[in-house]
Amino acid sequence: MRRDWLARLHKACGLVAFGALAPVVLAQQKLDIAPRATVAIRDARLVTVSGDVIERGTIVLRDGKIAAIGPTAAIPGGAQVIDGKGLTVYPGMIDAATSLGLIEIPAVAATVDQGEVGDYNPNARALVAINPHSAHVRVTRYNGITTVATLPDGGVICGQATLINLYGTSPQEMAVVPSLGLVINFPRLNLGGGGPFAAFRQPPPSNIAEAIAARNRRVEELRQVMREAADYARAKEAAAADPKIPRPATNVVYESLLPTLRGETPTFFRADRAQDIRAALAFAEDLGLRPIIVGGNEAADCAAELKAKNAPVILTGVLDLPSREDDPYDALYENAAKLHQAGVKFCISTGDNGAHVRDLPYHAGMAAAFGLDPKEALRAVTLSPAEALGLSDRLGSLEVGKMANVVVADGDLLEPRTRVKYAFIDGRPAQLTSRHTELYEQFKERK
Amino acid sequence: MKSRLGLWRLALALVVTAAACPAELRAQRKSKATLIKNATLLTVAKGALENSDLLIENGKIAKIGKGLAAPADARVIDATGKYVLPGIIDCHSHSMLDAVNEGSLSVTSMCRIRDVLNPNDVDLYRALAGGVTALNLLHGSANAIGGQNQVVKIRYGRPIEEFLFPDAPPGIKFALGENPKRSNFRFPGQTQRYPNSRMGVEEIIRDAFVRARDHKRQWDDYAAAKERGESVPPPKRDLQLEPLVEVLEGKRYVHAHCYRAEEILMLMNLAEEFGFRVRTLQHVLEGYKIAREIAKHGAGASAFADFWSYKVEAYDAIPHDAALMMRAGVIVSLNSDDDGRARRLNMEAARVMKYGDLTENEALRLITINPAIQLGIDRRVGSLEVGKDADLAIWTAHPLSVYARVETTFVDGEVFFDRQADLAQRAALAKERAELEASEANRPQGGGAPPPVPARRRPAYAAGDNCLQMTKE
Repeated sequence: MRRDWLARLHKACGLVAFGALAPVVLAQQKLDIAPRATVAIRDARLVTVSGDVIERGTIVLRDGKIAAIGPTAAIPGGAQVIDGKGLTVYPGMIDAATSLGLIEIPAVAATVDQGEVGDYNPNARALVAINPHSAHVRVTRYNGITTVATLPDGGVICGQATLINLYGTSPQEMAVVPSLGLVINFPRLNLGGGGPFAAFRQPPPSNIAEAIAARNRRVEELRQVMREAADYARAKEAAAADPKIPRPATNVVYESLLPTLRGETPTFFRADRAQDIRAALAFAEDLGLRPIIVGGNEAADCAAELKAKNAPVILTGVLDLPSREDDPYDALYENAAKLHQAGVKFCISTGDNGAHVRDLPYHAGMAAAFGLDPKEALRAVTLSPAEALGLSDRLGSLEVGKMANVVVADGDLLEPRTRVKYAFIDGRPAQLTSRHTELYEQFKERK
Repeated sequence: MKSRLGLWRLALALVVTAAACPAELRAQRKSKATLIKNATLLTVAKGALENSDLLIENGKIAKIGKGLAAPADARVIDATGKYVLPGIIDCHSHSMLDAVNEGSLSVTSMCRIRDVLNPNDVDLYRALAGGVTALNLLHGSANAIGGQNQVVKIRYGRPIEEFLFPDAPPGIKFALGENPKRSNFRFPGQTQRYPNSRMGVEEIIRDAFVRARDHKRQWDDYAAAKERGESVPPPKRDLQLEPLVEVLEGKRYVHAHCYRAEEILMLMNLAEEFGFRVRTLQHVLEGYKIAREIAKHGAGASAFADFWSYKVEAYDAIPHDAALMMRAGVIVSLNSDDDGRARRLNMEAARVMKYGDLTENEALRLITINPAIQLGIDRRVGSLEVGKDADLAIWTAHPLSVYARVETTFVDGEVFFDRQADLAQRAALAKERAELEASEANRPQGGGAPPPVPARRRPAYAAGDNCLQMTKE
């Protein structure tokens, strides 16, 4: 009986075979057009993240939401039932700072839609350029990541980020939050430095004083753009209140900054060094913005300020090499543990363009190997990113009423050896095939 | 001004040297024997041995067993609950290099990586902290025929001579595809260069081997004439062709950077035509498409676990690549090609395990004995066996777990990384750094002039030597 509905379920989401511990079932990729399912996963270990682990229980997904969860949650009639014995259910992971969907192959300019010309592009919106059929989408969800923030890059104001589910056939179907917030590459000191790209970069100013002056000029330029937008808003308000005052000509650049200036949406500041983080926080305070720090390699050095401002940090450098020769070898591995200890709000991200967002659990796992409690490490890629983005009422944990972004795995989600067996996104069963599984299926037959 | 900069550099050098060798580590190095007790020994050669001991004497693995007695002066390490893995061998590294590509010509077989090694590159220490003990140092991939490689043990902070892996067969780097044909970059100031296509890459390698064959014939003729007692002048030496003659004679391994299936077939066919065998295919992202042919040729494959999509020739890369080649009978290893990734090759192995349904031992082989076989050093390293070099690391958990961390790394029985020693010195290092930053040499100069922009003490990649990261592969 159960097998019947499972067969239907798998048919619905394009899966052709099934066993008690079905491996990731391989078949041709079908479009992401499955209806929202009513599904009960029972006798599974339920890692809610927000509360205690339920060692054996049932979770019910219905109408795109988590409808019930508990040791004895009732299974509604007509629900498709998955035997969760030996399996663990997790909230889908969230990467809060990627460029997934904007870049297919970095070396091929024609496939790169990550940034615009010029330094100030608040009106460039990531969502409109998301490619729902990028191979990265399925490769990423294969590992249990269901939602990503996609951030534009380039210049000083890069544009508007978007939050997407890794499911759907159009950017609009994928969008969870179409305009998530403004992205700013906070101007920093250009001291040149070495590295493989040194020969290709602008030569740095010849001394520190010049470098500082150049950085300060750019910060003031940025402040000027923001102030002009605020002036524009005041002029509009004045015109609205008094018909004698002429209405300013519509300016699309300033218009796009208004939600940011009103504090309706947060501002992502890319900043790694302590002095840049401090400067970004001061800048945000000055203009009344809601800052989120992206990068945060030296965030632990300004933990007090971050905590005082209640500014979350999206750590993107856990697996990066430390920047200074005499930094401890594990300076970035243990960054998350230090921030946690200091009480700073943080989450862990790959910061990746797209192809390697699937590594998100391993970034969190490495933080756990270097001092972060494993439960906090899991939280850092589920509930914490949802909190950092102000979306913890909708995403990030297994709680009734939250979006049914749920993954079912055969072990610890942060372990590279673990396989994701099922994924549901917005309550829709997501096929776990990809460009990679397809090529694998084809070529394993060539003996 | 100049002397200030000099002082600054000296100061930094002192910090780095101190980081390399804390007092505790130096003391540990002195003890002759080390007994690691009650660990899980991941021997690779004979599976996992639980609750077992391993005795290191004179730099070698002297005994493996249960309840081993410690010699009188031995350091005893209680490794209960911990794991011992042979030192990880990174079959493709650009660590400790002052220069990577001689990007001017398409055939630069005369260049030797041995000449540009920096024994104080801090990334070596970071690799040791990831359980890595040996590296195959290769040139970049800017040229169809790059230069001569060097296999090293990571004896961090010691003179270069101590790094050179004893008796490791010499090799040479080749490169196929987008990098030698320069699809994605150009060296600043250089115009387009031959080759411009995969046709030209084949032709430039063929041309080199035709010349090498002629060169060999001249020397063979000379040797034969001498043998006959004739008085003949020797032919002119050719430093570009001599390494290729060694390839033809089977005395030098070819390590070939490659991506697409057809270019891999091209090189294997060319090698067979000239009577040699490609020792390793490096990266070999589409190797899975022609695994049968690779096995037949007898090349090893050194792959990435799941790196893909960064350029067109990497777009068909799949994380099942290593496993599919393994199943076809190819000896496969995983490499880093990157100082960051080198620190967690164990995680690369774990990923391949998932995608390819490997056993634990098969996964561990990818980063231990298999690269040792590929580099011709498996008699000395790559597994925990009595008589082998004591190049190994103690891990806090199974190294295929993301939660595992290296506690101690040994090379030739000496401790080159120890986490507790590292932690113990951190406060002193931080203090020293603060003092240096406040020191006279680093204060702003008189007259309101700013301090100079600090220069890198020894730039790893000077402008012009190297190019996009892509050419480091």
